[in-house]
Amino acid sequence: MGDRGAPDPEGVVALIRAGDARTIARAITRAESADPGVEAALRLLHRHTGKAHVVGVTGPPGSGKSTLVDKLVKAYRERGLKVGVVAVDPSSPYTGGAVLGDRIRMQGRALDEGVFIRSLATRGSLGGLSKACAETVRILDAAGYERIVIETVGVGQSEVDIVKLADSVILVSVPGLGDDIQAIKAGVMEIGDVFVVNKADRDGADRVVREIRAMLETAWVNTGAGARAIASGGAHHAASPANTAAGAGTAGAQEEDPHAFLAKLPPVLKTVAETGEGVEPLVDAIEAHRAKLLESGQLESRRKSNAAAELKAALAARVLARLEAGPAGAELLKLAGELATRERDLYDALETLEEILSSSGSPLAGQSGASPEQAGD
Amino acid sequence: MERTIRVLVAKPGLDGHDRGAKVIARALRDAGMEVVYTGLRQTPEQIVQAAVQEDVDVIAMSILSGAHNHLFPRVTELLAEKKVDDVLVIGGGVIPEGDYEFLKSKGIAAIFGPGTPTGTTVEFIRTHLKR
Repeated sequence: MGDRGAPDPEGVVALIRAGDARTIARAITRAESADPGVEAALRLLHRHTGKAHVVGVTGPPGSGKSTLVDKLVKAYRERGLKVGVVAVDPSSPYTGGAVLGDRIRMQGRALDEGVFIRSLATRGSLGGLSKACAETVRILDAAGYERIVIETVGVGQSEVDIVKLADSVILVSVPGLGDDIQAIKAGVMEIGDVFVVNKADRDGADRVVREIRAMLETAWVNTGAGARAIASGGAHHAASPANTAAGAGTAGAQEEDPHAFLAKLPPVLKTVAETGEGVEPLVDAIEAHRAKLLESGQLESRRKSNAAAELKAALAARVLARLEAGPAGAELLKLAGELATRERDLYDALETLEEILSSSGSPLAGQSGASPEQAGD
Repeated sequence: MERTIRVLVAKPGLDGHDRGAKVIARALRDAGMEVVYTGLRQTPEQIVQAAVQEDVDVIAMSILSGAHNHLFPRVTELLAEKKVDDVLVIGGGVIPEGDYEFLKSKGIAAIFGPGTPTGTTVEFIRTHLKR
């Protein structure tokens, strides 16, 4: 694909759908740099997306995510599926530079034409992903990759953006990171659809498994589902005790085996990614989760709420960019100065800006196609 | 349009360590570039495949073992086969100066030997990008 001049969007889409690696790669680059020239192609591409199942792999730094992804890809290839990989590593907050090292562990797949691996830097995003992740997933989806595995940056406790993008979230833990209070904190530990304790050949793996199971069981008794199911507006698991009897975890379950709910909890599996041990059951668990999402209609509801989140974020970014490029931009800087010197307070400044917005009609009126990057300077 | 420079730092051949490549990766990172690092023992085929998927502006190869006259030109050949003409290819490591001209004739734009200040490499990349 030629780089010079504006690419013809239909041609780009046709090449992407035909699996042309250079066109796919260049489209991702253009999406990443918010190149206005790629927008027309992304628009056309959209209707060809939604077929791939998106698997997010997240967990702390050094927990073996890259190695596990490599083995997942291998297992999926053995099942005859084409796999895209989006591997995210952090950008320096000071220079913007990044070292993207996830490919090191994925070299076994390097020459397989059924695998496309792309490394992305976070470029300022703080939720464990990069802003261009969603577009990258759609491009790979349209290119015919049937499973797209996203590896997040090494996460701490609150980088949970992956739930807004992945259909199935794999949460990777390892022995030796902390005591069982870690498992009951809010945040990352709530988002798994499948839990993995990697490096399970090390001491303490069984204890981590027990702690995660205990955490999941407690969540079930308290809420009737995982927190994610509540957030996405549907019962994650079809029949939960709390759904049938308000506030009582046991009342609804009187007739049945009180332990039956255990089977409905997200699975907790042990793996040794280095040797591949436990990877086949993990792929089975991901595929079972996918089947459950499809069957229950939850895939659709998850994707709807994810689309809403993406749309809101994109709208906010666009409104802000255009606002800054217009007359209110100068006012914003002036107000910021007055905030800093304590001449005004935050709420006062916000009211002033809101007045400007409502008096000038739409904040989008009169501005032409300023990208956030251009407008931000 | 501001586009971040992306560089593939690659180690072709059978070198036993990659200290130098990591120093370069870090220097390019500190210069604001995104560095895709793929680790030791890469074949030219793997390097080119990674360069295409990662859509890098630059392939920077380091080699210590003496196989540069075979492996570096193989990378530029494969790029040409795939009609990739907008990637800058540079090399470094332990390479006798007598081989520089040959490598340049094979499309390796520059060779940076031991002791080259990293700033020289950064500046060369910035001023020789092909796209």
